[in-house]
Amino acid sequence: MDATTAITGFVALYIFMLAAFTGYEIIGRVPAILHTPLMSGSNFVHGIVVVGAIWALLNAGTPLEQTIGFIGVVLGAGNAAGGYVVTDRMLDMFKTSDKQE
Amino acid sequence: MTVNFIIAAAFFIATLLFIYGLKRMASPVTAPSGIRVAGWGMVLAVAASFLYAFDVREAAADNLGMNLFLALVALGIGVGWAWRSGKKVAMTGMPQMVALYNGMGGGAAAAIAAVELYSGNAQHYGFAVTVLALLGGLIGAVALSGSIVAWAKLDGRLNKTIRFGAQQLVNGGLLAFAVLLSIYVLAVGDGGTPDMAITLFFLVSLVLGILLTTPIGGADMPVVISLYNAFTGLAVAFEGFVLQNPAMIIAGTVVGSAGTLLTFLMAKAMNRSVSNVIFSNFGAEDDGGSDIEGSMKSVEASDAAINMYYGSRVIIVPGYGLAVAQAQHKLYEFVKLLQKQGVDVSFAIHPVAGRMPGHMNVLLAEAGIPYDIIHDLEDINEEFPLADAALVIGANDVVNPAARSNTSSPIYGMPILNVDQAQQAFVVKRGQGKGYSGVENELFFADNTSMVYGDAQKVMVEMIEAIKSLG
Repeated sequence: MDATTAITGFVALYIFMLAAFTGYEIIGRVPAILHTPLMSGSNFVHGIVVVGAIWALLNAGTPLEQTIGFIGVVLGAGNAAGGYVVTDRMLDMFKTSDKQE
Repeated sequence: MTVNFIIAAAFFIATLLFIYGLKRMASPVTAPSGIRVAGWGMVLAVAASFLYAFDVREAAADNLGMNLFLALVALGIGVGWAWRSGKKVAMTGMPQMVALYNGMGGGAAAAIAAVELYSGNAQHYGFAVTVLALLGGLIGAVALSGSIVAWAKLDGRLNKTIRFGAQQLVNGGLLAFAVLLSIYVLAVGDGGTPDMAITLFFLVSLVLGILLTTPIGGADMPVVISLYNAFTGLAVAFEGFVLQNPAMIIAGTVVGSAGTLLTFLMAKAMNRSVSNVIFSNFGAEDDGGSDIEGSMKSVEASDAAINMYYGSRVIIVPGYGLAVAQAQHKLYEFVKLLQKQGVDVSFAIHPVAGRMPGHMNVLLAEAGIPYDIIHDLEDINEEFPLADAALVIGANDVVNPAARSNTSSPIYGMPILNVDQAQQAFVVKRGQGKGYSGVENELFFADNTSMVYGDAQKVMVEMIEAIKSLG
């Protein structure tokens, strides 16, 4: 919560709109053969939620907030790490004919 | 330079790396580097987030040491568990793991919402922030419990499709109840934290996620996973607004819109609308019981193999049954034998082959089959009439011509691969059963179709041996 990154009102709406079109444009061009890695890759990207969970946990004032924050960080970290590992594994397997051993 | 400036700069770079990484994922050549670029963005963002410790709320100042310790432990548990499970999972099990990791992200977003609401922080920042916290909490909780149900179904832990009469009504009622609780929390506003109402709100949201997902059949799960992926993205974006965190807003929104697009693409490939997937009972109805004239002819695996060996063009249509029988490697061995003889071999992939879109491509890639001989439905469907033979392995509904002609068929209108137009079709199948949709397949009765009965792996071994014995 800081002046350098204050996002309110219309600025928030502009960011939301531009980011939505960005996602649409980037994904619209991905060929069907990559749809599974793509889904798990975008799944990995929303693992950024772990950052928010860390903020919530660091700012927790009561045992209840600490508990929920702790669960949040575990879940968010699992999302990010799991999404990364499976995407990386899948993408590593795609080869063309001339790149074969 | 303040700590806040460093955090903001780190998040900016992380967001840039995410979008650049996703963009690189648009081609199989650049995709592996794309995910790594995005991965470094994540490492940077997480490292920077610990700088939040320099500027915590007064209420948390006394807990800071403990909270830092908890955060590190939680991070260790989450990363450790997910890293190991992600390394271990078989390629056939990928859809359920993606569902599970996605649900965890939704849960994390809901957890953030819960902390901000219980602490009264969201309410303190006003009406709009509270609305976004509640909305993100609801969507995140639905994505969490719904994804867990989807995971259980795909993993074979929950086989029943649970439906009851007034399900739509109950779901509507739950949603209305959640909205009422939200209005109550908003009405209390700043200065009060109605713990009871907040707890109920999250419980109702979790139950709603379960009830929304249990009636949906296994065949429709890909659409559901994709939808919940978009949900989680949105929930993350909303909580990003609550926390004033631009990285969360942008990453969440990008995934939200991308996931929405992917969901619609997938539903279209299955010839259904998204609402139809979620609110109807596919697979429950009987097919019209239309009897098909003609009879199935069977042929030995070796004869089919030799027939293809002397052809000039063969198109292979793999389905999930191929992966279940773990026959991809044997299939590729067979393909290499054909290619050595000069046969032009290509693979035709239906958009919904496998358990999620693109899943079959991953399963073929695992066997080392190069992706330049693998083609999408639109690219290859015209070429079936030019093929000497089509080999169908473990696929059924996606090659059923009834989808083109029989208006009473439940799969009518679904785009299919035109295997029936090939000079000769060989269908490798375990037995005479029906496909996932429960519909009889006209292709199997066609004059130019021969059935090769048996386990896919065994059949492939027989085919390989037949060709090797030719010398």
